[in-house]
Amino acid sequence: MHHIVLERWSRGASALHARDPRAKIVPLLVFLTALATARRALPEFSAVLFLLLCAALLGARIPLLAALARAALVLPFAAVFAAVCWLSGDPARGVAVALKSYLSALAVLTLVATTPLPALLRGLEAMRVPLFLLTVAQFLYRYLFVISEEAQHMSKAAAARGAPVRPMASSGARFRAAAGALAVLFARSYGRARDVHRAMLARGFTGRLPTLYDLRFRPADAAFAALASLAPLAARLAVERIG
Amino acid sequence: MKRPLIEVRDLRFRYGGGEAALNGVSFRLDEGESVALFGPNGSGKTTFVLHLNGLLQGEGSVEVCGLPVERRNLSAIRRKIGLVFQDSESQLFMPTVLEDVAFGPINRGLSRPEALDRAMAALRTVGMDAAAGRAPYHLSAGEQKKAAIAGILATGPEILVLDEPTTFLDPPGQRALAELLAALPQAKIVVTHNIPFALALCPRAVFFQEGVIVAEGPTAEVVARFRWNFDSAPAKSLR
Ligand SMILES: Nc1ncnc2c1ncn2[C@@H]1O[C@H](COP(=O)(O)OP(=O)(O)OP(=O)(O)O)[C@@H](O)[C@H]1O
Ligand SMILES: [Mg+2]
Repeated sequence: MHHIVLERWSRGASALHARDPRAKIVPLLVFLTALATARRALPEFSAVLFLLLCAALLGARIPLLAALARAALVLPFAAVFAAVCWLSGDPARGVAVALKSYLSALAVLTLVATTPLPALLRGLEAMRVPLFLLTVAQFLYRYLFVISEEAQHMSKAAAARGAPVRPMASSGARFRAAAGALAVLFARSYGRARDVHRAMLARGFTGRLPTLYDLRFRPADAAFAALASLAPLAARLAVERIG
Repeated sequence: MKRPLIEVRDLRFRYGGGEAALNGVSFRLDEGESVALFGPNGSGKTTFVLHLNGLLQGEGSVEVCGLPVERRNLSAIRRKIGLVFQDSESQLFMPTVLEDVAFGPINRGLSRPEALDRAMAALRTVGMDAAAGRAPYHLSAGEQKKAAIAGILATGPEILVLDEPTTFLDPPGQRALAELLAALPQAKIVVTHNIPFALALCPRAVFFQEGVIVAEGPTAEVVARFRWNFDSAPAKSLR
């Protein structure tokens, strides 16, 4: 089942996994800010950041190619914007958008792939992120699983009833079948999400995801947070001086 | 005179604009009692049990351990009633079995070690302690059902409500579940279509039809009276 890959990665046992979530969230914010505000020597800066993230992923024993591919899921969205920039005669801006989107996605993925969601939420909560945002995040997360489970059940059911694996003759027919399936998928996912929510309420859920994670910010966490926050800043200074 | 654990009077409910799903249900559960809820598909059994801990609220009155089911009592009532849903997959939502079972105790404000102790004890009760670290979605249907029951037991309920617990279980799994439940001290409400299961577990039964309880009494009598409703073989005249 593919939807649990991230979940499985996040339960690894590397030194990066062991860090307090806050010690990873702070460097991520620094990383994203340094990247978003970079103007000069962007390709060089991006290359350095890319290598940093690859090193982090390898150090955390996350399958590198699979992680890179997953982060590429943002590219179709970025590509639309990049294409618009390109067509309006600003190709450099198009490239910048694509680079920044991809690296941001990869950085977030690195955090999520090395931090179990309950720990991540707990860290954000400790950093005073409003509770309702966290609640929305945790529901989105759980319901994404619900939708993907339902989709898998339905595609198995369709295959069992002999739905063609090859594309159907007319693309119109294919579209209608897909649209019908999508409508049913949403209805079923809604029903399932409602059941999940009821099951949570029945066990005393009050809007806060309980967690088995006790946060403890150790010296190693402080050291890691400092180093990992400095890395993108140092890289940017160095690249801009040379470039 | 036993005190009623659950007292329902003239409960009525309709889903947004539709036909009435409950049409005046009165029901009582005494301490230590186990009752089977029978009735055809769509007769309102699930709708009824969702009212017992306030997941749905209709007209009429529902009292649990003397507390009316209303907003200010909901958290107290949800401590007393453990609801095991028909679909275990919706009920198991945490990444590992142990975390899932600890979900209830942590919501109740227990500390992490206490919650984990409770969760492990509940898993031992249902014979699932070896699966504590596994992902719920990798378990078989019978294991999922047991994990779901452990998640409820860990909250320390006084009343267990089980909605069609034997669905997806093979006959040995059904027998094992009946034995497991019979050994638990709590009062029970069991929604089921499964006669041997109900006979093994519940001395008393009620029969739902079109949103009302049309019969109640000793389980064997209710079964005999509604025999036709339980027969899954087609009648001769249909062939
Ligand atoms: N979410 C809903 N929205 C609208 N109508 C509903 C909803 N859930 C149930 N109903 C309707 O309410 C009636 C009672 O349904 P309920 O699920 O309580 O029956 P049940 O006795 O549990 O049946 P089953 O044996 O199939 O589980 C049915 O007519 C059903 O169609
Ligand atoms: Mg039902």
